[in-house]
Amino acid sequence: MASSNSLMDSLFQRSLEDLIKGLRLGESTFISRSLEEIRREIKLTDLSTKSVALQKLSYLAALHGVDMAWAAFHAVEVVSSSRFAHKRIGYHAIAQSFSDQTPVMLLITNQLRKDLNSSNEHEVSLALECLARIGTDDLARDLTSEVFTLLGSSKALVRKKAIGVVLRVFDKYPDAVKVCFKRLVENLESSDPQLLSAVVGVFCELTAKDPRSYLPLAPEFYKILVDSRNNWVLIKVLKIFAKLASIEPRLAKKVADPVCEHMRKQNVGKSLLFECIRTVFSSLSDQETALKLAVAKIREFLVDDDPNLKYLGLHALSIVAPKHLWAVLENKEAVVKAMSDEDPNVKLEALHLLMAMVNEDNVTEISRILMNYALKSDPLFCNEIICSVLLPCSRNSYEIIVDFDWYLSLLGEMARVPHCQRGKEIEHQLIDIGTRVKDARLELVRVSRALLIDPALLGNQFLYPILSAAAWASGEYVEFSKSPYEIAEALLQPRTCLLPDSIRAIYIHSAFKVLVFSLGAYFSAQQPTSPPLAQESTSSGHSMVNGFTYNSISSLVNMIELGLCSLSGTIDVEVQERAKNILGFIGMIKHEIAEKATSQNSETEGHRAIAFMEDVFSEELGPVSSTAQEKVPLPEGLELNENLEGLQEICREVLEPMAESDYSSDKVSFSVAKLRIRDQEEASSSLPPPLESSSLLAEHRKRHGLYYLSSQKSEDHNDREGNDNNTSNEYPPANEISVDSFKPKKKISKPRPVVVKLDEGDEPKRKPDASSSNDESLSRAIQTALMGKGKGKEKEKEIVKENHEMNVDTENIEQSSRREKKNKKNGERSSKRSSRRQRGKEASVTKPVEVPDLLL
Amino acid sequence: QIHFVLLVSRQGKVRLTKWYSPYTQKERSKVIRELSGVILNRGPKLCNFVEWRGYKVVYKRYASLYFCMCIDAEDNELEVLEIIHHYVEILDRYFGSVCELDLIFNFHKAYYILDELLIAGEIQESSKKTVARIISAQDQMVEAAKEEAGSISYIIAQAS
Repeated sequence: MASSNSLMDSLFQRSLEDLIKGLRLGESTFISRSLEEIRREIKLTDLSTKSVALQKLSYLAALHGVDMAWAAFHAVEVVSSSRFAHKRIGYHAIAQSFSDQTPVMLLITNQLRKDLNSSNEHEVSLALECLARIGTDDLARDLTSEVFTLLGSSKALVRKKAIGVVLRVFDKYPDAVKVCFKRLVENLESSDPQLLSAVVGVFCELTAKDPRSYLPLAPEFYKILVDSRNNWVLIKVLKIFAKLASIEPRLAKKVADPVCEHMRKQNVGKSLLFECIRTVFSSLSDQETALKLAVAKIREFLVDDDPNLKYLGLHALSIVAPKHLWAVLENKEAVVKAMSDEDPNVKLEALHLLMAMVNEDNVTEISRILMNYALKSDPLFCNEIICSVLLPCSRNSYEIIVDFDWYLSLLGEMARVPHCQRGKEIEHQLIDIGTRVKDARLELVRVSRALLIDPALLGNQFLYPILSAAAWASGEYVEFSKSPYEIAEALLQPRTCLLPDSIRAIYIHSAFKVLVFSLGAYFSAQQPTSPPLAQESTSSGHSMVNGFTYNSISSLVNMIELGLCSLSGTIDVEVQERAKNILGFIGMIKHEIAEKATSQNSETEGHRAIAFMEDVFSEELGPVSSTAQEKVPLPEGLELNENLEGLQEICREVLEPMAESDYSSDKVSFSVAKLRIRDQEEASSSLPPPLESSSLLAEHRKRHGLYYLSSQKSEDHNDREGNDNNTSNEYPPANEISVDSFKPKKKISKPRPVVVKLDEGDEPKRKPDASSSNDESLSRAIQTALMGKGKGKEKEKEIVKENHEMNVDTENIEQSSRREKKNKKNGERSSKRSSRRQRGKEASVTKPVEVPDLLL
Repeated sequence: QIHFVLLVSRQGKVRLTKWYSPYTQKERSKVIRELSGVILNRGPKLCNFVEWRGYKVVYKRYASLYFCMCIDAEDNELEVLEIIHHYVEILDRYFGSVCELDLIFNFHKAYYILDELLIAGEIQESSKKTVARIISAQDQMVEAAKEEAGSISYIIAQAS
């Protein structure tokens, strides 16, 4: 009965065609119905039915996202059929749906092995395809020997696929290298272009991960580069050389010639040409002729009509821009033209290139051009433009900007651009400039006033951050403003009810500052004994109002009172509190003002109260460095000289995992030892707290390390040159901003707010343990394979041994440095480090001596 | 390295997907949705490369189908364009003036052809003739198998 059932079913089973047709007519219910059918059919024993069901299922899975993991076992069954058709369907299903978690993965191994050993090359190729897709560690391990045999097979088809599979196998199971590598390299010399392209492709991928291990094979690649005519192969070889040449400069010289040859050919394919150009730009950029040739070719790309070529040309230019700006400048007009291209990609690239070209002289001009574009473009691009103008200008504490007045007015303009959404950055910059650049404050206040007065801006929510910055600046530097009354009015205008409460609070507080300032001016102006004060203020060049009459001040006070009365009952506590503060203050001095008008008594209470308030606001806020915490000097008399070395051992375990997890984030990881190390160079730079303080601090950090701000590490001091002036004035006490901490007319030399820059020599010695241990083992395996290859090239062996030695050397060094960390002495570490670096350099210097000989 | 291949019709229907990197089913649908949105919205004169999630996607439109391949940032886009063209030409040769309908009804054949063309995300066969030859050889095997299966004697043998 069962068999006749299957007979009936197989006669009436919906084939794939029917399924597809059905799907095109009806939809979702059809899918679920057919899924039901499939589930039923697939469980039957008849292999044909199964396979058709599987085929339908894979169709559904591929195109309609139906999950087919449940059918894994059935797929295995189908694959075990001897019929090719079924095998094909089965393997296809497997390749599509199996992942590392599929439970029936083990069952595949045997089947794959059988098929790999089969005489039918198509079956073999099927199995290889499948292996390439789903290979796991176990599979790779078990099937290595089969792959090895196949690498030497006589059938090109099989060999090709085997080569492709090798990539995956190596990735999952590095020991396979010992077995297969030799054959792989033999294939490099094959004359069959298909084979060659496959091998080269594999090497291309391998080299991308770990270039150093494949350096010995450079001669073979070179031969291919010179001889081959096949574009695919050449492109891949070029990629390999790009990676190799970046670690081996002499190779670059050798390779430059053939590359130029290829570029000069008449009808070279565009893809090849582009690859040549890219190679030249990225790794051979020191070779003059090659570079010039490449730039010339890029120009052709840029003027071509094909948007692809334009995009690629711009992209390539941006690769070379950092080192060779002249190339970009040559093509300036093309870049500017590209800004108005309709393709957003092209526009973006052009934008980046323009910004790369920016320097002190042309920043105004370029920004002008860009703002014009911004006004014309769609919101997305407009914001891109704004962002890319803001970024370079603010880089390195605004080192490009000479004329801050202009820049501030530019920021104000940006706020008015209709699509502007970069409120946060503009806000940040406004405040930043205000605190850092004293001379620009006048302009800042002017710009802020313009922004505040305009009621229309209050409706645009993207501008709120900017408005809050403007409000803060107006309040803080109100002494620069022409008309405090106007500002106060603007700060309290009715439309501010649209603002979110936090910003409203800022507005109110600024109004308070304005009020205090005005009152102070009023009262001091009234002083008969302080005309010098008034004169001083006028002579300092600040446009200040000292003509506060009784009427004007009382109208100011009244206006503020009126504006705030309504707010004293708002829901938001912040706003309410501030409003009440001001109202209370006003209440206190109101009658004092009236008294002032009549009497000439200088020492009224009101006057004193005002004086107090003024003091409150007189502290100048400065930028805070993130290393401020560290630099806080410890009070005298604190004995901190103890050697906390003993704790080092205990705390290492605690800190190590922390350090490693921090590595990936921006926060710089540290350990106790590092903090305590100050060596000679560091001591010579102006700076900071003595060792004792750092030990105590270090201890505290040990316990609460994660909560500390990122710190400027001692290594930074070692490696960065000429930063002495920057590190000196980290956090000057507020009222003592020394004259020399500001450069006249220009920007301040002030603390770098952002710490950064992990020292190169520092972290990497931990890398081998932490990450990519797999790659390590792979490269080591490759090296041993190359060493034991016995290809008859003695020199090659020598190189490899050198390579190996160097590797071993670095390992030894790493170990010794690790050991060193355990017993820290003061200057010892850094000197060891520098010597290690020297050793490393030496090793890499001696190595290349061998290579050029081979390239003859 | 090619991460995946995607064929999408002008109306947004998926015609073929092949994944060379591990993606779960949910991720796959998400990727398909996102990419279709991006690519289908691009105008005709724009360049054929899109940056997406740190990768590059190269696409080309043939009639009503968009052929998309996702590659790493360092790969050569023009090369991938040629690979796509290569694939289309092979399909054309195989089906004889291929149209979308062919791909719809013979999607598995399109898969097999693609498998001959790319292995592990790398191109393995750049000669159209060879690919055509291999595929037809495979087809013959399938045909032979089918014939055998279709024969009455076989059915009877199965049933008993």
